[in-house]
Amino acid sequence: MGKADSSKKTILLLAAAVIIYALIRTLEAAEFINPYWQRVIDQALITTMGALGLSIIYGFTGQFSLGHAAFFGLGAYASGVFDKTVGHGALPMFLLSLLIGAAVAGLMALIIGLPILRLRSDYLGIATLGFGIIVKVGMDNSSKFLPILGGATGMSGTPQVANFDWVFWFTLLVIVLVRNFVFSTYGRACTSVREDEIAADVMGINTTRIKVIAFVLGCALAGLAGGMYAHRYPFLHPSSFDFLKSFDFLLVVVLGGLGSMTGTVVTAIAWVFVLEGLRMVLGEAFIDFRGVIYALILIVAIILRPQGIFGGKELGFLVPKPMGSQAGGKGGVNAGTGA
Amino acid sequence: MDHLIVDQIINGLQLGFMYALIALGYTMVYGVVKLINFAHGDVFMVGAFVGYFGFSQWGLPFPVAVLTAMAVCSILGVTIERIAYRPLRYAPKIAALISALGVSLFLEYFGSLKFVFGPNYRVVQRPFEEVQYHLAGITVTNIQIIVFITVLIMLAGLQFLIYRTKIGMAMRTVAVDHNASRLMGVNVDNTISVTFAIGSAFAAAGGVLYAIAYPQIHPFMGIMPGLKAFTAAVLGGIGIIPGAVLGAIIMGQVETLTSAFLSSQARDAIAFGILILVLLIRPTGILGRTEPEKV
Amino acid sequence: MPVLVLEDIDKTFGGLKAVSNFGMTLEKGEIVGLIGPNGAGKTTVFNMITGIYKPTAGKITFLDQDITGLSPYLVCQRGIARTFQNIRLFKGNTVLDNVRAVYHPRSGYGLFDAVFRTPRFLKKERQITEEAMELLEALGLKERAYDLAANLPYGAQRRLEIARALAGKPRLLLLDEPAAGMNPAEVVRMVDLIKFVKEKFDLTVLLIEHQMGMVMRLCERLVVMDFGQIIATGLPAEVRCNPVVLEAYLGKGATVA
Repeated sequence: MGKADSSKKTILLLAAAVIIYALIRTLEAAEFINPYWQRVIDQALITTMGALGLSIIYGFTGQFSLGHAAFFGLGAYASGVFDKTVGHGALPMFLLSLLIGAAVAGLMALIIGLPILRLRSDYLGIATLGFGIIVKVGMDNSSKFLPILGGATGMSGTPQVANFDWVFWFTLLVIVLVRNFVFSTYGRACTSVREDEIAADVMGINTTRIKVIAFVLGCALAGLAGGMYAHRYPFLHPSSFDFLKSFDFLLVVVLGGLGSMTGTVVTAIAWVFVLEGLRMVLGEAFIDFRGVIYALILIVAIILRPQGIFGGKELGFLVPKPMGSQAGGKGGVNAGTGA
Repeated sequence: MDHLIVDQIINGLQLGFMYALIALGYTMVYGVVKLINFAHGDVFMVGAFVGYFGFSQWGLPFPVAVLTAMAVCSILGVTIERIAYRPLRYAPKIAALISALGVSLFLEYFGSLKFVFGPNYRVVQRPFEEVQYHLAGITVTNIQIIVFITVLIMLAGLQFLIYRTKIGMAMRTVAVDHNASRLMGVNVDNTISVTFAIGSAFAAAGGVLYAIAYPQIHPFMGIMPGLKAFTAAVLGGIGIIPGAVLGAIIMGQVETLTSAFLSSQARDAIAFGILILVLLIRPTGILGRTEPEKV
Repeated sequence: MPVLVLEDIDKTFGGLKAVSNFGMTLEKGEIVGLIGPNGAGKTTVFNMITGIYKPTAGKITFLDQDITGLSPYLVCQRGIARTFQNIRLFKGNTVLDNVRAVYHPRSGYGLFDAVFRTPRFLKKERQITEEAMELLEALGLKERAYDLAANLPYGAQRRLEIARALAGKPRLLLLDEPAAGMNPAEVVRMVDLIKFVKEKFDLTVLLIEHQMGMVMRLCERLVVMDFGQIIATGLPAEVRCNPVVLEAYLGKGATVA
């Protein structure tokens, strides 16, 4: 027990990250990874950041959100338009614009979350779905208020400064920070709310506050991921942020296993690669069959593992030692944090 | 101005009635298995296509085409439940929801394949001409009359089925408690299948009526009406049949009136804004009862 | 100074009187039993004390402060903890985390400390974990600290609920049928446990219980409810022979066998 062990875990995590980073860089230098695959990797990492946000909201706190992509989109537009008009891609401005993306999404989450987080399960899902559709309508008509946003024709011109390095190290940072949050009394308060809201309340936990904190943090992460997206993909369009994108985040979190960061990270990355793998295998026919096969994989995967791939468990190095457990969640269905 | 408003209210009623047909399926399925059946809007789409093929390509008379679509979709609905939902019935609720999303995407993309419905919009040739009647300055079309009559007959039929037949009673008991129903000798699996069959048939009828009222169909046409109908069901109080109809009528009115008098682009935003407001005031919908959790 | 005072409490649910004109006082260090037939309103009283329900009328005073209508989490932070009739643990979490969750409101560090794992965070976390482990040890759950709460046997789940309640450092502990569903040997152990906990943590205890054996062995005083009202109070031996109480439990004309 103690501090030494805890930093050992963190060092292990960092070491793993450095190795993965070096590997990808080497493959890139050896022209094994072409720019196309590089984009796929970056896409996977950006999805990971956003999905970790939803993991906090739904996986750990149990608040069903079907509008996550709206916050991703708000972050992308806010960050993109700031850098396009004010920052012009200068490094500090890029970082500032990421912060703005996260802040705008987080602020919106606070405004919407305060009233709607009183709703339970499916009703909350529908309210967030509705919010997502309202945001999408707003984006489609945004040019009426701010012509630069481009409305339904989309917006381009955000400086494309987010290279692989930025995306990779930011994703790692997000993973570490989310891990730290989860393995604190905040994270434990979140899982208590998920497990039994009334009992949590009676045990002295201000459940409203915890739900709002989780929602705001999770949505701010979506906004951060959106900001990164805006700086990596030159064209922002409202249809990239509609409710189908929200479902994308949701299925990553659920297929990974609720209450498992490992599951979210692995599934976010695997899912993007499975789709690209299909593209390679199917060749030309892919365009037609992509959606059908995507849907079939989804159905088969959830029927085979309804508790998700990791079903509440974590890989060792994501569990900081003095707070964690050796046992992990072995209960299967919705087993919890494994903490 | 009065006539214009009345005309729009009639248009809204037409839309609302069609939403009601879809919303009933959502609410019945939610009632018996507590699942948001996201694929329901796509069953509606399949219904629209089958009906369209029926009256425009297979030469069936219109009522027969509607019945064919209803039959095909009942089978589809039951099949979906068997394959994609039943294995997950007692798994966490979210698993079945994800499966439903999968089925929804499957129907959309499978329908888009060239040898199925094809990816493009099709313009529907109506089996009969649209005729407008003017009564005291109010305009009503024969299509609207068909929609009203069909929906009212179906609602009456459903009401009879649920409250006056054995299977209806079974549906009501299963909605309360699966295990208790089983102990009382109710065949829960069959009851759920029947619920899916009826819900899907209603959606199919809604699909065919939608296709002749707004004569353009495509494989993704089910998404928005599906979401709106589901919203209507939640608005009225999910699991409650009159609630679904009430919610659908409200949604139809809100949508039509905002398109006509405010902005057609803001239509969806306003419809969902109202939904959120209603939920904040009445968290279980207009007719829903709030039952405090037992501690 | 009394620990808890309930004065003229009424609670109606849509016209139905669940509790009416309820009043009682708990002195420091007492173990008082709240008994009565099913549906008498005992749990409703607990729910009003802990803030889950707001009383329709009346006043609840805890340590000289008015806590009527306060939110449950604030009531808990004032020093009232409880267990539930139908065990409500955080089932998907480990035994240790069930207890540690309760430390959240007074963890002594903020969100920033948690997310960046500052020295303050590490220090406080270690303290919390040690305290939680001590509690688990006191209740004989230390070996199961890393198991999921859902996987504990029934009796251990009841003890974990008590451990979790104690983590809030309460002054008053409300136990809702702590021995429900237990066999006689387990009941004896539960009685000892409650006595032990009461002494060790310097508590006042109010408990709802159906098992008369347990009530007689444990409680210094009893309050009997029926149809939402108090029908008798007094020493266990007195209450036992009170004809009104016997009538409520067994029907009219019953006598002590």
